[in-house]
Amino acid sequence: MSVLFIVVPLAVLLAAGGVLAFAWAARTGQFDDVDTPAERMLHDE
Amino acid sequence: MVADATRVQAPAPARGLGRGPVLCRHCNLVVPPGLINSSRADQFCCHGCQTAYSIIHTCRLERYYELRQQLDDRAPAPGTDRTYNDFDDDTFRRLHTRQIGPLIRCELFLHGVHCSACLWLIERLPRMVKGLVEARLDLRRGIVDLAWDDRVVRLSQIVRTLASIGYPPQPARDRKSRAHRVAEDRRQLVRLAAAGAIAANVMLFALALYAGIFDAMEPAHRTMFRWLSMVLTVLSLAWPGAVFFKSSWVAIRTRTPHIDVPIAFALAAGGLWSVFTTIKGSGEIYFDTVSVLVFALLAGRFFQSRQQRASADDVELLFSLTPSSARRVEGDATRDVPIESLQPGDLVQVLAGDSLPCDGEVDSGDSLIDESLLSGESRPVRVTPGDRVAAGTLNMSAELFVRVQTVGEATRVGQLMRLVADGAQRKAPIVRFADVVGAWFTLGMLALAEFTFGLWLWLEPRHAVDHAVALLVVTCPCALGLATPIVITIATGRAARRGMLIKGGDVIQCLSTPGVMILDKTGTLTTGGLALVAWHGDDSVRALVHAVESTSSHPVAKALARDLSDPSATPLCLARTNQVLGCGIEAVAAGRRVVIGSLSFVSALARVTLEHADLARRWAAEGITPILVAVDGVSVALAALGDGIRPEARATLDELRRRGWQLRIASGDHQDVVTRVGSALGFTLEDCLGGLSPEAKLALVERTKASLDPRSGRRLVMVGDGVNDAAALAAADVGIAVHGGAEASLAACDVYLSRPGIGSVLELLDGCARSMNVIRRNLWISLFYNTIAAGIAVAGLLNPLIAAIVMPISSLSALAVSLKSRTFADQRSQPVLHPGSRP
Repeated sequence: MSVLFIVVPLAVLLAAGGVLAFAWAARTGQFDDVDTPAERMLHDE
Repeated sequence: MVADATRVQAPAPARGLGRGPVLCRHCNLVVPPGLINSSRADQFCCHGCQTAYSIIHTCRLERYYELRQQLDDRAPAPGTDRTYNDFDDDTFRRLHTRQIGPLIRCELFLHGVHCSACLWLIERLPRMVKGLVEARLDLRRGIVDLAWDDRVVRLSQIVRTLASIGYPPQPARDRKSRAHRVAEDRRQLVRLAAAGAIAANVMLFALALYAGIFDAMEPAHRTMFRWLSMVLTVLSLAWPGAVFFKSSWVAIRTRTPHIDVPIAFALAAGGLWSVFTTIKGSGEIYFDTVSVLVFALLAGRFFQSRQQRASADDVELLFSLTPSSARRVEGDATRDVPIESLQPGDLVQVLAGDSLPCDGEVDSGDSLIDESLLSGESRPVRVTPGDRVAAGTLNMSAELFVRVQTVGEATRVGQLMRLVADGAQRKAPIVRFADVVGAWFTLGMLALAEFTFGLWLWLEPRHAVDHAVALLVVTCPCALGLATPIVITIATGRAARRGMLIKGGDVIQCLSTPGVMILDKTGTLTTGGLALVAWHGDDSVRALVHAVESTSSHPVAKALARDLSDPSATPLCLARTNQVLGCGIEAVAAGRRVVIGSLSFVSALARVTLEHADLARRWAAEGITPILVAVDGVSVALAALGDGIRPEARATLDELRRRGWQLRIASGDHQDVVTRVGSALGFTLEDCLGGLSPEAKLALVERTKASLDPRSGRRLVMVGDGVNDAAALAAADVGIAVHGGAEASLAACDVYLSRPGIGSVLELLDGCARSMNVIRRNLWISLFYNTIAAGIAVAGLLNPLIAAIVMPISSLSALAVSLKSRTFADQRSQPVLHPGSRP
């Protein structure tokens, strides 16, 4: 079961990647306005 | 203009037939005569509107029509014939626009933006205006971001187009603070995400460790999971969890008790002890509890601050107090300039119907000014050259030229806003009931876990760890940490749908028990404008008075014409009228000579009977304005104008008194007027305080607040509407702003009622009391459940795996109870009130 020593830290790194991606999205303003895009896509031609 | 068309109030449709234009039930536009179907109750201008209405009607969404009207009430500071040339001014450009590449960008705040159709229309603006490259709307905040090519089009052109399609814009003036708020929101979101990811991972490790207890986990694996948990949890405490340590450090340094202190203590104790045992290699770790606690607390705060943020955005409306531009006199002409470029000594023109852009002195002109914004006084004040006028007040009847003295922050209204900001800052945070329970609960459970561990170490060392872990798992504070914010979020959401904007969760706690309520008079208990409050004499001349007064735009005449209008009467023909400003009106109507006006005016032109003269003097002493009516040389009737009491006021106040609230009136209006209104509403003489300046109101609120015992749970609630109440609203424990007054009160208040008058105050109090009950019930369920579970765990009858399965059940049950709870009614129902009689 020594594979755990590789897989578990890998899983943690993966989660860290997710958090970083989210942080990037939040910092570039993707979540600033969550209402308008939902309406806007209804009108896109 | 489209905006004007939509602002027409929907009349009861069938009655509209035969008189005046028939309006479409759906869009309020005029229905073409050919499409009027007299057999139907509702009329429509086209098939599309009829279909839309029937869909809305079938889905029982008629509230849309009401909402639409509420939203349309929010108009910018009154102005006439805006040219928007001030948007091209250099000062404006420097303050509000920024150059990005070849394009210029600017954010504008639009009035009247509320639905998907607005979004569609505004974002199609580049097709209407050549040179405008992009228009992006933030629907919730009503802010449009424009990008245009300056060589092709000027901003004033774009803005005129926006105004012409019904969205009058004004510069979004608080860009800096908004950018700050957005940055804080983003940081909060990132913190929450990090805390969530860490909590989830540490929980997974914990699950592996619990499961490993039975399957004889390899010591190396166990050590790895423990060390990984430690690294992640320390990260969680150092990054997202640092907010608790920071704020509790401030609290300790300034010696103000704060909820974050026990939380930080619990987190530090759990974390440090676990780090110690991890390094030692044996003993219990609490990393999962600590990291989940960080996440749960942050999540709770996030929900609440989202609610608050939505209302913070409404602060934009503050700027509707003073106009964003002024007409500056330059030589022989006038030019529209942004108020930022006004200098003391400039001369500005203020047309009738405009609000004043600055504090200053009247240079020339003779007009009436509505100062109710600042003084709460409902009667307009006459100003002549040499009189001082204040920014934000409304010029009602004639053109004025004003010499600028101060602009912006330095004006009276600006200073008042300063007071509001100070008041809001000084206000000590109310320690939330649930937070206190949650923090002590966590500390208690950590202590109990150590006790269990010690107990079983002595009784049966082999199982000591299991039992302590089972206890910690089963008493996980999620239910406590999440249930309360969710109840509050749901309650505030429902309240918002019913037109009550609650800004903070602590309001719910404060309003759930009766305390002291200070009420403003003008606009809160009364209608705020002039209204006919009494009529004495010959009823047959009412139509005559109506006809004569309809010809004048004087506020007194308008009020009389409105309140005396009788739809069944036949219109009278007027021969000739002569108006004397500040005195009255003289006319020949239906062949009779009519004189209407003040006592002195009428007695100069006609014979006034002794009875009428006496009554007029008595009314004047009571603070209402007597208007005499003389026909053919003899006085025949007497009308009284005053600030009409709202029909629901008496019943609401009586109900509040019955519930144990202590009520007082605080008004800027004259003491006699306050006494008259107060006695009609059942106040004793000493509870009617008149003649209070905004500063005096603030002092009254602070004095009363200081006299209340903080431990009794009795709070000071201020209800008001105007700018003159704003400072007091901000200083009170709970400030309730009612619709109809200045939007400045929005910034200062904790609750904003979008329906005029105080009728919905009762509903608000009921909802808060019910929400608080749900919160208490949740905490009791959670506490009860956890106590039993903790007892079983201490007794050593629960193993960690079963505990891990049982734990979510408590969280889910608390959530289910919160979601199902009746806090604010979903359906629209009015509390039954009996309209009080007008004095």
